[in-house]
Amino acid sequence: MMSGQDKVVDARGNYCPMPLMKLVEAMKEVDIGRTVEVWSSDSGSQRDISRWAEKMGHEVVAVNHEQGYDRIKVRRRK
Amino acid sequence: MAIIVFSGTVDKLMPVGVLTSGAVAMDMDVDLFFTFWGLTAIRKDTVDANSRFSKDFEDMGATLSQLMKQKQVPRWSDMVRNAKKLGNVRVHACSMTYDLMGMKKEELDDMVDDIIAVGEFIDRARDAKITLFI
Repeated sequence: MMSGQDKVVDARGNYCPMPLMKLVEAMKEVDIGRTVEVWSSDSGSQRDISRWAEKMGHEVVAVNHEQGYDRIKVRRRK
Repeated sequence: MAIIVFSGTVDKLMPVGVLTSGAVAMDMDVDLFFTFWGLTAIRKDTVDANSRFSKDFEDMGATLSQLMKQKQVPRWSDMVRNAKKLGNVRVHACSMTYDLMGMKKEELDDMVDDIIAVGEFIDRARDAKITLFI
């Protein structure tokens, strides 16, 4: 199901590879141009997701470090 | 990516689930070849109830199992099932072990796509960029 809305995926407390897998699933559900923001407490997520986005042709538009987790926002480019 | 899944203990099956997930996320096809103890791990009656740990880390098995449950880490089998939904993952059962153990098709979990011999697996694996034996 496509959605014209941006999405937030709360994967806090999930371990690798779950935050990435949740992002992969959510990305399929938003329109091109929309964003998915993953909240992850997994220490590898930021680098993992950045690399994934680069490989898949998407764009990391923001990374915010919060208390105990990161918010990583990715824009769907294709 | 091609993985020969020889082991049947949870500590070694977990990386099978994690690596398969990662490969699918990165848009790679995955071939999993379950042989020997790996094949016993995809029987319907053990696939989701497996709590075996490697002998060399047996003392830590119970603690780790409890931690994984408590922290809601998905089972390796559910990771493979989810990866199958997201991408191109083929689960092969080794015909040699299957015949040797006198197994029946209906005893195998639904994640299994087919029962194949070594030649076909090698032919599928020959072009894989990543090949692992776990």
